[in-house]
Amino acid sequence: MELFKKVSRFRFMHYARFISGLSIVLTAISIGSLAVRGLNFGIDFTGGLLLEVGFERPADLSALRQQLGDGGYPDAQVQNFGTAKDVLIRLPPQEGDADPSAGGKLGQQVLAVLQAADPQVVLRRVEFVGPQVGEDLTTQGILSVLAALVLILIYVMFRFQWKFALGAVASTAHDAIVTAGIFSIFWIPFDLTVVAAILALVGYSLNDTVVVFDRIRDNFRSTRRGTPEEVIDRSINETLSRTLITSGVTLLVVVALLIFGGETLHGFSTALAFGITFGTYSSIYVATALAYFLKVSPADLMPVKKQEQVDDLP
Amino acid sequence: MNQNPWWKSALVAAVLLGAFLVALPNVFGEAPAVQISPQSGARLDQGGMEEVKRSLETAGVAFGSAYDDNGRLMLRFDSVEEQLRAADRIRESLGQSYVVALTLAPRTPGWLTALGLRPMSLGLDLRGGVHFLFQVDMQAALQQRVDRYATDFAKLLRDNRIRRDVRVDGNVVRIEIPDPKDADRAEKLIRDSDPQIGLERRNEDGAVILLARMTEQQIRERQDFAIEQNTVTLRNRVNELGVSEPVVQRQGLDRIVVQLPGVQDPAQAERVLGATATLEFRLVCADANPVEAKRKGRAPIGCELHQDRQGNPVLLQRRTIVTGDQLIDAAQAFDQGMPAVSVRLDSQGGREMLDVTKKNLNKPMAVLFVETKRERVERDGQVIEVPREEREVINVATIRGIFSNNFQITGLDVTEARDLALLLRAGALAAPVYKVEERTIGPSLGQDNIDKGMQALVLGLVLVVLFMGVYYKAFGLVANVALIANVVLLVALLSMLQASLTLPGIAGVVLTVGMAVDANVLINERIREELRNGNSPQASIHAGYDKAIATIADSNLTTLIAGIVLFAFGTGPIKGFAIVLCLGILTSMFTAVVVSRTLVNAIWGGRRLTRLPV
Repeated sequence: MELFKKVSRFRFMHYARFISGLSIVLTAISIGSLAVRGLNFGIDFTGGLLLEVGFERPADLSALRQQLGDGGYPDAQVQNFGTAKDVLIRLPPQEGDADPSAGGKLGQQVLAVLQAADPQVVLRRVEFVGPQVGEDLTTQGILSVLAALVLILIYVMFRFQWKFALGAVASTAHDAIVTAGIFSIFWIPFDLTVVAAILALVGYSLNDTVVVFDRIRDNFRSTRRGTPEEVIDRSINETLSRTLITSGVTLLVVVALLIFGGETLHGFSTALAFGITFGTYSSIYVATALAYFLKVSPADLMPVKKQEQVDDLP
Repeated sequence: MNQNPWWKSALVAAVLLGAFLVALPNVFGEAPAVQISPQSGARLDQGGMEEVKRSLETAGVAFGSAYDDNGRLMLRFDSVEEQLRAADRIRESLGQSYVVALTLAPRTPGWLTALGLRPMSLGLDLRGGVHFLFQVDMQAALQQRVDRYATDFAKLLRDNRIRRDVRVDGNVVRIEIPDPKDADRAEKLIRDSDPQIGLERRNEDGAVILLARMTEQQIRERQDFAIEQNTVTLRNRVNELGVSEPVVQRQGLDRIVVQLPGVQDPAQAERVLGATATLEFRLVCADANPVEAKRKGRAPIGCELHQDRQGNPVLLQRRTIVTGDQLIDAAQAFDQGMPAVSVRLDSQGGREMLDVTKKNLNKPMAVLFVETKRERVERDGQVIEVPREEREVINVATIRGIFSNNFQITGLDVTEARDLALLLRAGALAAPVYKVEERTIGPSLGQDNIDKGMQALVLGLVLVVLFMGVYYKAFGLVANVALIANVVLLVALLSMLQASLTLPGIAGVVLTVGMAVDANVLINERIREELRNGNSPQASIHAGYDKAIATIADSNLTTLIAGIVLFAFGTGPIKGFAIVLCLGILTSMFTAVVVSRTLVNAIWGGRRLTRLPV
């Protein structure tokens, strides 16, 4: 079987300006939403108390809210988690949470309120996170993405050239920002596993970009004919089958995880699914387009030769 | 063309075989088990294990296979009923000096265990348990030290008859010397008592003010000490819980992670972790006969009956010389070549000790370990918590000389000295700790996570294998072998390193599969391209691999950088993900490049081919 019998001949760079414009708009919307709406941060970031409880039969959420309100927890957020029988309860951080025993006691108290109404309640998970930990994680997450980008920039600069390095970092940042933007726009809970997913997608997107760059470098070196636009187009077309197959197959696994992996991996697989889609698109368009706009030329990629002395005397 | 020397193929085969063997323990799952360890948190040696086993056999307790798990005796059972029944009997027959815990043990066959092979260790999110993150109050740790400096300096100057006014002002000890003539002498005394301390001198209204503050290095040392000490203390307390594979680790500058797999009641765990232990130094009632007293059940006037660690009776005077809160530090040491424990007391404790040792030369003195536990008891139909004190004489030694705040306890062997120093230090926390994070994962959720994660993983793998086989035909099958070899290698590495596999770790495996597929796709697409360009099959294989390898190396190395950064900055689940990702990149590079090439060479190498099944 072979889906791509012939090497396609799309004129990618011809549309680069238009599509880059779209990318810029998409990034701007994401940044806007992140700035205005922010993210639906999970307990890892906000601190507070989280209880996952299982019921014998489908739980009545409004009755639960009522019970918790009567029990002295009017701020509790109650939602289904995966199935109708599993319920997630979140309490915002309270004053004095840094107190050594607050979290454990609070969890037991909330559970007691629930058990008073239905003794069959099973506690599946309790998490208590103090506000201090939340702050640390946020700074840590941002720091690690930045550190990764800087190191990658340096690596690609050494292996390729600064125009490519900028393209790679821009496309990677684009993917991370747009994926985070989607979490912001659709208000999907953003927890530690999503951070892991975004960092993983930084790796994946880069992987994709480097494969395309690799071919551009190859073609620049091996052929003398053709404008940079033609060489870039040819390189993308030649790697297109690989790019699409790899993304398709990886998406296959991620979608399996999304559907069957359970609620705890939901955020992770959602982020990866979007991330891989954007990563594929951005390695074709954002990374190469930026290098193209920066006027990458065969001379940039030639192995360094000693400058020949030109005798321009008559 | 495309032929490997035989040894190269043999080497690849050997690596794969080895990996298969190391990964093998993971297929057997877990069996209900009972874990037995000594109460004090010590390890059981070979002799101790045999003894416990013998005593169980004589008591008629039937157990399945038994083996040593890091100084603990593990007994495996076929069913939960058997496990519970046996645990009750074991508790009965072994008594108070052992911790008997219910746990799960890998069902690994004996010959694999004998080879030192173990399955991957699973993170809390996969098997259930409690996770605590404690924050050490460093400010309090420093304040304690500064306060102690103030008391020491005040005493020093008083002993040297220098008029002074010593106050603590935040992190600074402010010493006012009203008479400037004393200033030089005071400064020298303080400097001599602690040459490292930062000392600043000021004149104010005719008086001299000395400002003593800890140097950066002293602060760092003090903080290091506080966190190390707290880690030791918490670890000792965790051992009391009898949890198998507990984790007590320092994290960062001022935090301690405690993970208790299998524990479901965080309240109980917290009770034990928050227990208090202390020490008392007392004189022995040397004139009375302890065995006699025990038999009568009555101690002479002024004396109290206690037990030592072996259960022998000891008579101690009621009066306590020094209590544990006066103890500053204890360390294992050597005194004239003999093992010893060197102990430091604060100034008040030192004075008491001086007084007592002066009067009681050559008489025995004992160290009594007092621990307060909170216990749940049923009283009048209600469950309440009551404190219960446990006392034990841990050491009796003869007073050989007069000493005050610095002395040594001798007459111990090396292990005893180490244990005693540990116990002395482990008694109390060096600085208060606050719980900043607590996570409890129920066992049903843990099992759920494993099942779903594995299901998704297997399904994803099957889909990938099907696609590759259909799309790349025989070369797809080679890629599939490489893909499966990759998963086996990854599992083998994770089992070998005993890095915990967490939920994000499973996600890391998924991503690794993606990377491995990518490498194989790159190779096969390249081979197809070479064929399209009109190259011969053998040349196409050769060129396809060569060109793809450069690309694979570049793309994987960039991902590896991202993985390493994750590992360096991340904590907990992110770190788990990063480990799997980094290892996965390495194994997928190896399998895609080396394993699949070896296979391709073995099948098609050195033959005359007209077309390739790709």
